[in-house]
Amino acid sequence: MGKLPLEGIKVADFCWVWTGPTTTKVLADFGATVVKIESKARPETWRIQPPFKDNVPGFNRGGIFNTINTSKYSVNINTAKPKGKELAKRLIAWADIVTENYAGGSMKEMGFGYEVCKEINPDIIMMSSSMMGQTGPWSILPGYGDLLSAISGVNEISGWPDYPPAEIGYYTDYVAPRFNAMTLLAAIDYWRRTGKGQYLDIAQHQGGLQYVLPLILDYSINGRVAGRNGNRDESGSPHGVFRCKGEDRHIALTVFGEDEWAGFCKVAGDQPWTKDPRFATFASRKANEDELEALILAWTLGQDDEQLMHRLQAAGMAAGMLMSPQDFLESNEHIKARNFYKEIDHPEIGIIHVPRQPCVLSKTPCDVRRAPLMGEHTDYVLKEFLHMTDDEIAELVVEEVLY
Amino acid sequence: MTERVEGMLSPYRVLDLTDEKGIMCGKLMADMGADVIKIERPGGDAARSIGPFYRDEKDPEHSLFWWAMNTSKRGITLDIEKPVGRELFRKLVVKADFVIESYPVGYMASLGLGYQDLEKLNSGIIVVSITPFGQFGPYKDFKGSDLVEWAMGSGSYMRTMGDLDRPPIRIGHPQCYYHAGTEGVVGALVALYHRRSSGEGQQVDVSIQDCMNFLTAVDYDLNKTKRVRGLKYFNVEVKHIWQCKDGYVMWRWTGGPLARRHSLPLVNWMAAEEMASDWLRNLDWDNFSHYNTTQEIIDRIDGETLAFFKTKTKAQIMEGAVKFRIMLYALATAKDVYESPQLAARDFWQKVEHPEMNATFTYPGRWANNSLTPPCIFRRAPLVGEHNHEIYEQELGVSKAEYRRLKRAKVI
Repeated sequence: MGKLPLEGIKVADFCWVWTGPTTTKVLADFGATVVKIESKARPETWRIQPPFKDNVPGFNRGGIFNTINTSKYSVNINTAKPKGKELAKRLIAWADIVTENYAGGSMKEMGFGYEVCKEINPDIIMMSSSMMGQTGPWSILPGYGDLLSAISGVNEISGWPDYPPAEIGYYTDYVAPRFNAMTLLAAIDYWRRTGKGQYLDIAQHQGGLQYVLPLILDYSINGRVAGRNGNRDESGSPHGVFRCKGEDRHIALTVFGEDEWAGFCKVAGDQPWTKDPRFATFASRKANEDELEALILAWTLGQDDEQLMHRLQAAGMAAGMLMSPQDFLESNEHIKARNFYKEIDHPEIGIIHVPRQPCVLSKTPCDVRRAPLMGEHTDYVLKEFLHMTDDEIAELVVEEVLY
Repeated sequence: MTERVEGMLSPYRVLDLTDEKGIMCGKLMADMGADVIKIERPGGDAARSIGPFYRDEKDPEHSLFWWAMNTSKRGITLDIEKPVGRELFRKLVVKADFVIESYPVGYMASLGLGYQDLEKLNSGIIVVSITPFGQFGPYKDFKGSDLVEWAMGSGSYMRTMGDLDRPPIRIGHPQCYYHAGTEGVVGALVALYHRRSSGEGQQVDVSIQDCMNFLTAVDYDLNKTKRVRGLKYFNVEVKHIWQCKDGYVMWRWTGGPLARRHSLPLVNWMAAEEMASDWLRNLDWDNFSHYNTTQEIIDRIDGETLAFFKTKTKAQIMEGAVKFRIMLYALATAKDVYESPQLAARDFWQKVEHPEMNATFTYPGRWANNSLTPPCIFRRAPLVGEHNHEIYEQELGVSKAEYRRLKRAKVI
C-alpha cells in the first residue's frame, strides 16, 4: 500500500455512537491520523452494546464498533478528571481537527467548547455533529437516527397508503456522516488555502432534509404534502418488490416505458397476463396495478431471484434481487470482484469482514485497518505525539487518568 | 439574486455532465462555492422532466426536482457526441478541476473523453464517475433504478423496513442517487487533497450499489444471525410509532440502565398532566426488560401512553419533549418541516429569486451552520443554455459568427 491521500491530517476525535465515528472513519481509512479519545469510565455505546462475537460482551468484541472505528488510534483518557482534561487539551493543541457528536452544548459543558479549542489552537477546525445543531429551541433534544428520520419527514412518506407510516430504521444515521465528511473535507481545503480554521455546526436534521428537497419545495411552492405509496412509482409500472422461491427471497422489478414492458413480457414467456389488454399500456397498467402485481407475484413465487434478475437484465431492464447478508459476505460475484469487504484478523474475535469506503479512488484508494482495542494506543500516542516520558505516563496510570 | 460570497470551494471549477443519478453531487459542491457548470444536451436535460412541477405545469423550466438539484450552478448546452462539441468540451476541461459524469461505463471513453484522455489535457483533472454498479465487476453494465439499487445495495436493511405482512419497502422518495451524489463529493474532495500535494488527478469510481451498503451484514458476519421486520422482543410486540391528535409520534419505552434518561421523563410529563396512573408511575423501570415481561403489561403501558399522545398535537409533543427532555419526536410532514421553529432559528430557509418569473421562492438551504463559510444557495438553477454566451463567447473566445453556426448545427 502506497501513501494514503489524507496522510498528515491530525484529528482529536471525541466522537461516539454512530454518526461521529462513521464520519471520522472516512478520514482514517483514507490515511488521516485519528486519535479516538475514550474512557473505561464512560465506555462508548458500541463498546458495550450488542452485537458481540458469540454473544459474549467485551469492550473489543462488538461488531459495530469494529466496523465503524477502523484505522483509528484509541487512547484512554478520563476527561472527567482535571488532569484528563489537561491531557485532552494537549491533544487538541496537537491536532488540526477536533470532532465530536454529543448532544448540542455538551462539549461546552465538558470544557471543550469551540472557544476553548480555538484559544488552545487558533486555526483549529472543529466539527460538532448533532441532531438539531448547537442553536435553536430544539438543540438540547437528544436523539437517535430513527427519531431524526421521523422529524425530517422521512417516515411520513414511507410505507403503505392504507397503513400508518412505516418503520425505516435509523435511516438518517446513514445520511449524516456523508454531510459531515464532505463539509470537513471542504473546510480542510479552505484551511490549507487560507490558513483559517472554523467551527462546523452540522445538524443531522438539516442533512436529512437534503434528501427530500423536491418534496419540501413542493410544499413551500405548491402547498402539497406528499403521502405514502408503498414501492410504487408514478412513472413506472410494474414497480415493486416481489417474493421469490426460498426463505425471505425477493426481487425488485421496475419497468419504465413500453419497450421495457415488451422486454419484460418476453422474459415472462407465455403468461396470459402478458397478452391481456388491461396491461397493454402504461396508463392501463397503472389503472389495474393491484391485479397486475398479484399476477406477477404468482409468477415470481416459483422463481429463483438471482436467475430471474439475470434474465431480466439481459433483456435490458433494471431488476435486482434483494441481496442478503450471505450474498454480500459469501457468494455474490460482483461484491467479490469489487473487493467490497476486507478480511481483518482481530486478536480477540478472529476473522471479521469490514466494508471499504464506497468510493474507489483509482490512484489513492482507502486502506481499512483493524479498529483499536480499548486504549490500545495510549502509550504510543502520549509518547509519539505528545512526547511524554515513561515516568509522566506511569503517574497518570496510577491516578487513573489514563483509564 | 444572492451576492456571491466566498464558499469553501470557491477557486474550483466543476463540469457537470450528470443525469439524475449524479446531479446531487454538483449541487452540493456549488452550494459550497465551486463554480459548477451544468452541461446539458441541446434543448435541455431529461432530468427536467422529473416532477413535481411548479403549479403542476410540465414545463422543462418548471421542474422542482431540477430546481432543487441545480442550485448555485451555471448552465450551458453542448452536444458532446458531435466532434465540434467534443472539442469545446476538451477546451473546458483544460481549465477545470473536476468532471462529474454518470454515463454508462465506457461511454465517455468511446467518445475519446475517458479519464485516460482527459488526463492528457489536464493532469490534475479529477473525474467522478457515478454509475449503478461501478466501473468494474461482472454487473458493471447492469441497469439500475432507485428500487433496484435499494435491493442490491441495501437488501438486508430493506428486510427491516416496512411491515411483516407485506414486502420490504423503500423510502417513499428516491434516495439512492442522493447517496451516490454525496459520496461523490466525499471522493472528489479526498482526491483534491491528494492533488494539492502530488499535483495528480485521478478517477473516482462511485457505485450507487456500494453507497447503499449500510453496514447491516455485521450481525451475520459475527454470529450468522439475520434481522427481520417488526418490533418483537422474544414474546412481546412493542410500539414505536404512535398516533397523536393530528398525526404520529415516535416513542420507545426503555427499561434497564438507560430508563432513567429515556423513560422517566415521559412518565414525569404524563404525571404532571395527571395522565399517568399510580401503577405506571410506580413501575420499576430500572428492572424492566422487554425480554422478560408479558404482552399484558406492555398493552397496559401502551394504553395509557396512547391515550396521552392522543391529547397532544405534534407541535405540543415537540414543546413537551424539549421541556421535559424526552427522546420523543413527531413524525413531520413537509408542512411541519416548513413551520418548524427549530429550522427558522437555524436560518435554514433561503429566499431564492427567479427573476424571469418575477418571483421569489423559499428554498430549504444549508446543512451546516459553519462559522466562516456555510453552504449557501448562490443562485437558482440555470435555465436551458442560460450561460452559453458567458462561457462560449466571453470565456472560450468563440466568435459571434461561430456561435451562430454552432447553434444552427445543434452543437449548443
